[in-house]
Amino acid sequence: MTRLLKPAIFVASLGPVAWLLWAALTGHLSANPLSDITNETGVWTLRFLCITLSVTPLRRLTGWNIVIRFRRMIGLFAFFYGTLHLLTYVILDRFAGLDFPNGIVAWRTVRDLAASIGPDIYKRPFITMGFTAFTSMVPLAATSTAGMIRRLGGRRWQMLHRLVYVAATAGVIHYWWQVKADVQRPVAYALVVGVLLGFRVLWARAHARQAAPVRPRTDPLRIDRAPW
Amino acid sequence: MLIKRPADIPSSEITDKRLYLNRREFVRAAAGTVAAAATAVLGTEAVLQASQAAAHKRKLSGVKSSPLSASEKPNTWEQITTYNNYYEFGTDKDSPSELATNLKTEPWTVTVDGECNKKAAYHLEDVLKGETLEDRIYRHRCVEAWSMVIPWVGFPLANFIKRCEPTSKAKFVEFTTLYDPMQMPGTHLPPAFGGLRWPYVEGLRMDEAMHPLTILAVGLYGEILPNQDGAPIRLHVPWKYGFKSIKSIVKIRFVEKQPLNTWQDQQAREYGFYANVNPNVDHPRWSQATERRIGEFFKRKTLMFNGYGDQVASLYAGMDLKANY
Repeated sequence: MTRLLKPAIFVASLGPVAWLLWAALTGHLSANPLSDITNETGVWTLRFLCITLSVTPLRRLTGWNIVIRFRRMIGLFAFFYGTLHLLTYVILDRFAGLDFPNGIVAWRTVRDLAASIGPDIYKRPFITMGFTAFTSMVPLAATSTAGMIRRLGGRRWQMLHRLVYVAATAGVIHYWWQVKADVQRPVAYALVVGVLLGFRVLWARAHARQAAPVRPRTDPLRIDRAPW
Repeated sequence: MLIKRPADIPSSEITDKRLYLNRREFVRAAAGTVAAAATAVLGTEAVLQASQAAAHKRKLSGVKSSPLSASEKPNTWEQITTYNNYYEFGTDKDSPSELATNLKTEPWTVTVDGECNKKAAYHLEDVLKGETLEDRIYRHRCVEAWSMVIPWVGFPLANFIKRCEPTSKAKFVEFTTLYDPMQMPGTHLPPAFGGLRWPYVEGLRMDEAMHPLTILAVGLYGEILPNQDGAPIRLHVPWKYGFKSIKSIVKIRFVEKQPLNTWQDQQAREYGFYANVNPNVDHPRWSQATERRIGEFFKRKTLMFNGYGDQVASLYAGMDLKANY
């Protein structure tokens, strides 16, 4: 069952990017396809972050422990879509806005691109937020291998991976600050992320009240006391 | 690579509505030679494909060309009729083209009120009476940093204003869009979720309103204006951000004090009264120095007053355009 489920989820997770590619190449996007690509990759990053964050609550509420086996893959897909989203910003927004006085293939292009991205990240708050969300996902992707978990030790690994809370929160704020007026969709994502993080707060409190001696954790993928 | 440019169809090549409706007869008549018939069918197909975006409307007659038109290549009918900001029909760019199709634009009255001698409710036909319609190919720059070139059909607002005989107290003109929640689902968005306060209101200083570039548009590509583009009558002020060019006008009021326009009311820090296209004054959240022309990959440099500086810069002589954004 799991053996089939995992590749199925993998293929399904590639669905959005496959659809985007097809739609872009066949003219099924809007009159501003570049903006559609930017929006869609961003929204899918948030969706995958939400799915990742719902794994632990799902396990605890339903006892369906098998879902933990897909968490890493789903989390890496969040990073994958986040990377695509960052690339759309770098290429479609920044690169496409350069001057190219020495032609496109020039050292000057690289320098201008860097000069265009750097100040933008600190000048525009919603870009700052988006960049925060992305950079907080980088160490998570880098330490997603079994070898890295072993090297870091379960407890430290788990601490580090709480950065996903930062990524999701910053991602929602990034979305919220970007829209012009209609905030219905950012509000919806804020609610979902709020509820998912709310579970953690409640459990942390309950856990603290129990004040039970904490078992040393070595492999967060194995233990059944939640590594939320 | 990723951008698919839809085929351009110049207005001259768009099949006349009568001809299009009679296409069976047309085809039959042309059946003399198989080649001619085949050409007609293929031609009709091309029109049908192009009209997927919005049904083509009646051709406007007697439209003159204008020396004030830009010489740039206009965006396609499809681009202009599927990528719209018309929040009364939803905040997604494609929702006006889907939700505005049933907007009732006939009969239509424009109420003229305020500091003028000819206060009245004008039928659209009366507004148009005696006006010569002109093709006005204008650059259109949205505050969201995208732009298009649009072949409007319209006439100078100044002509209509003169007929209203504004008094010396009339310093500004205030425009109002139709507000009909039954027909406009986008107006149900509550303010808590970013909904605007309806009806949509815009305003111009009297000299801006009287400027020969400022037009009331009633058509696009030589045809009657599609609903999602602000039918039946809308403003276009080409040197200002798009939100100044109010759609589906039901009221024109001459006033002494500067009107509070809707976007300024919504977020005064980001949207002002003047809203002149200005690459040197950024929107607080994004740069206005460049823009993406719809259909292009590389961005263009945004021009001061959207490239109409020669004609309009004098209106703002001595004004601090950073403060009066």
